[in-house]
Parts: sequence; structure tokens; C-alpha cells
Amino acid sequence: MVQTRLGRNESISGWMFVTPALVLVGLFMIWPILWSLWMSFQTGRGMNLSFGGLANIQRLGADPIFLTALTNTLIFLAIQVPIMILLALVFAVLLNSPRIWGRGFFRTAIFLPAVTSLVAYSILFKSMFATDGLMNHVAVGLGLIPAPISWLGHPFWAKVVIILAITWRWTGYNMIFYLAALQNIDKSIYEAARIDGIPAWAQFFHITIPMLKPVIVFTTIISTIGTLQLFDEVQNITQGGPSNATLTLSQYIYNLTFRFMPSFGYAATVSYVIVLLVAILSFIQFRVARERR
Amino acid sequence: MTGVGFAKETGTLAAAGQYRRPARFQPLRFLKGVFVYGLLSLAAFVSIFPFYWMLVGTTNSAVDIVRGKANFGDHFWINVTNLFAQVDIPRVLFNSFFISILATVLTLVISSAAGYAFEVFRSRFRERIFAALLLMLSIPFAALMVPLFVMMAGVGLINTYTAVIAPAIANIFIIFYFRQATKAFPSELRDAARIDGLKEWQIFLRVYFPVMQSTYAAATIIVFMLNWNNYLWPLIVLQTNDMKTMVLVISSLASAYVPDYGVVMVATVITTLPTLVIFFILQRLFVQGMLGSVK
Repeated sequence: MVQTRLGRNESISGWMFVTPALVLVGLFMIWPILWSLWMSFQTGRGMNLSFGGLANIQRLGADPIFLTALTNTLIFLAIQVPIMILLALVFAVLLNSPRIWGRGFFRTAIFLPAVTSLVAYSILFKSMFATDGLMNHVAVGLGLIPAPISWLGHPFWAKVVIILAITWRWTGYNMIFYLAALQNIDKSIYEAARIDGIPAWAQFFHITIPMLKPVIVFTTIISTIGTLQLFDEVQNITQGGPSNATLTLSQYIYNLTFRFMPSFGYAATVSYVIVLLVAILSFIQFRVARERR
Repeated sequence: MTGVGFAKETGTLAAAGQYRRPARFQPLRFLKGVFVYGLLSLAAFVSIFPFYWMLVGTTNSAVDIVRGKANFGDHFWINVTNLFAQVDIPRVLFNSFFISILATVLTLVISSAAGYAFEVFRSRFRERIFAALLLMLSIPFAALMVPLFVMMAGVGLINTYTAVIAPAIANIFIIFYFRQATKAFPSELRDAARIDGLKEWQIFLRVYFPVMQSTYAAATIIVFMLNWNNYLWPLIVLQTNDMKTMVLVISSLASAYVPDYGVVMVATVITTLPTLVIFFILQRLFVQGMLGSVK
């Protein structure tokens, strides 16, 4: 009797602690995401919405700007995330070795970009890649390129700048996760490998990467979700240009809602494309993680 | 990476194997060292350079910056004066600090209470609700912003602090972080406090909070940074100049047709300074919070 009363009191106070957070999550996440689903079946401009069935989905397939934004987002994802994860892994492994001199400095330096605001660093990159600017002087001076490039005015190079920028900002951030995980690997595994004469590169591929797999999958998912929502960088470096060459899905949703005459229904449909992509890619990455165990 | 210390003892093994014994090949090791330190130095240089670029930029004119001048000039005071003439910096700084601090305090109170309770109180639905929350972590903000905007417009909250702060308070990452951290909170403390007759909220405030100070400190840094740097949602709901935050100001200054980069750089330094200072003073907590809030 006493037991159950105590149990009930406990569960009541438990709910008191959780309720404010749950109410807020309901109000600002669950309700909007359901509303957004409902909106995606509606067509019209501004607040004059009417039920349009699958009209928005049909519009997606015939909308060249949407297809461009989708392609761009997937290109950023497919190229930037693997490069960044590999770089972060390499730096983490190097800086985990106690024999590296000055590793505290290197760690801090490589992590430092993760402290900046996305908008601030985007602006720095935009100014460094100006047509007559620093990057062109350096690259021409080093003989990397024969003549100055219009970085932000060329569809290919604009994408390159965006990828470089994101890699600069997030490599150190990911490195920290790997460094933390590396500290949990039993050192005797490496000693055994060394005794067997396994070279460092083989240790990296056959011990380090398999041992870090859960963290790698985790950071890949986080980066995937982040890249699918890419907005701040493109908005501030290229504004989606030149002629939509760097336009992302998030930016297109923003433009549809807030820059042109708003079409909330269609914007909601595009946003559900991101939801679907996140769901599918996270699912695949989880499956890959499980299979190779 | 190569096991120099082990080379002697395992001589026979290494000689029998197809791999070279590192100790004998000094030139190779030297090259390797050059490569490793070269790579790390390059990475460190690339990582730090934009910060230097930003500082140098505050002292140069817009024309010089766009032409790639990478040493200090004498335009600093002109840039500062121009910035303060163009933008009401005290007001904008107030907006940024007000929004970030209020959002941080509310987030910590509400999300830490939830994280604590998820770990400490048992209930039939606990794990199911928690799993549902974790699933919501993958909901992209892009999918929320359209209905959120219509919602805020519906209740007349566009261009208010409330519109920026309210959706940020229930932070699932932070709930998760506090649940993880609470696993290290000794249950004996809670039992003892109960025997002393403390109510549950008193235990939370007087026992849990003081014991978990470093968790709170780490979470504070992360949440503050998140709000200080937030861009997309404030861009949507804050529409007049007197409501704008630093991040919105640098964005709009830099998106002018011909941006005055000298002015932009001064504003960028002001925007970056608080997070940089926090990072250098509280490096360990900073990293701990960054790892904890996502893991």
C-alpha cells in the first residue's frame, strides 16, 4: 500500500518535470510537422489555400528549379561529407598519437573553425574568393591556376567554394568525436598489431576504422542531416547563384515562402522531400552499420 | 605510428614477416615525419588563416580587402566609425545578448528538468516517449519553418523576441545530454534527500543542480552558442532593424551589392568575439558540451 502510493507520487512528480518540455516539443515540432504534411496537399497563394490533392507532388517533377536544388544538395552531400569525414579521421588518428609534438596546439587550431558562426565564416570565405581577391592571387602565385578564376561567378567553382567552406568549418568538429572515441580503444590491440608487424596504414584500415565505426556512422548521419538542410553558407556566399548553381533545397523553401509571393503548400511539399531524404539516408546508414558487424 | 620501441624484441617476427623493420630505415621515418608535420601544419595554417584574414580586414579599406591585401592597414578607425554610423550596434548587441541569454536560461531549466526526470523517474511510457523524442532529432528545421511562421503570424508574434526564443527552448539534444549525464548522478544523494523530507523539486534544485554544475556549464556554452549564431529562424521572424541580431546584421551588410568589407569585418569580429572568448577560457567544458549534446 505504502509502496504503490510512493510510486504514484513519484510518477506524478516525474510528469511535472517532463511536461513543460513535452508541451513545447508538441507545440513547436509535432504540430508544425503534421501541419506541414497537411499543407503539402494544398495549393494556392498566400493564405488562400485550397485542397489540391497530389497537385504539389506533380508540380515537383515538372519544376526545373526544384530539380536543380535537389541535385545541388545531393552533390554537396555526396562530395563534401566523405572528404570531411576522411580528413577528420586522419587528423584524429595523427593527433591521438602521443609521439606527435605540439598536438595540443594542432588540435586547438584544427578545431577552432567550429567556434565561428556559420554566417561569419561564410562572409570571410566570400571576401577571400572575390574575383580580384586573395585566393586568386595565392593560387596564381603558386602556379595552381594559370589565370584568375571567377570563383563565385562560375557554376562549377561556386560549388567548389561552398564545399571548401563547409569542410573548413566542420572537419575539426568531427575530429573531436573521433579523438574522444579513439581514447576508448584498448591500446593492447595496437601493440598486438605492432608485434605482428602490421604497418600503420593497415592498422588504420583494419583496426581503427572498424573500431570507430559506430562514431563514424553517427557523425555521417549528423553531417547528412546538416548538409540536407544547408542554408546559411549558400545564402551568404553565393545567394544560390550563379543562376541557381548552388541553390539548395532549404534555400528554395525559403525563397518560395518568404521571397516571392508565398506558396506555403508547395514549400511544405519541398520540405517533405528533405524529411524523406533524411529518413531514407539515415535508414541506409544504420543498415550499413549493422551489416558489417 | 610505427613501433620503434618494439623493433628489437620482435626482430625475428618482423624479419620473418613481409614488413620492414622501422628502426633500420631512418630516411623513411624522416620522410614520414616531414609528411605528417607538413600535413598538420598545413591544416593548422588553413584553419587559422581566416581568423587572421578577419583581423587584418578590420584595418583595411573595402577596396584593399577585395584585392586581397593580407597585411595590416590604417583603416581601422574609419571602419569602426562607419559601422557605428550605419548600424545601431549597442541596440543590436543588446538584441543578440538578450535573446541568447534568455533562451539559454529557459532551455537549461526546462530541458535539464526533462532529462533528469527521464533518467530518474520510472514510468511505463518513459522509454517510448524518449525514443519518439530521439526520432524527432532528425526532423529538419526546413520542414518546420513554414508552419511555424504561419503560426507566429497567426498570433501576432512576428518581429518579437518571443517568436525567436519560444521554439528554441525545448532542445532535444540538451534533454538527451542531461539524461546521459544524470546516469552519473549518485542515487544515494537522492535517497538521502528524500529521507530528509525534501520534495522532488527541492531535490532537483538543491541537490542535483549544485552537484551537476559542470554539466550545466558545458550545456550553457553550447546552447548560448547555438542561439547566438542562429540565423535562418531569426532571419524569418525579425524584420525591422531595431530587432535584428549581430548575425543578421553582418549578413545584410555583406549582401549589399558592393559590400563595404572593412565595415563588415569589424562587425564580424564583434559577432565572433563572444564565442571565441568563451572557447579559450573554458576550452575543456566547451569540448565536453559539444560532444555531450550530440552523442
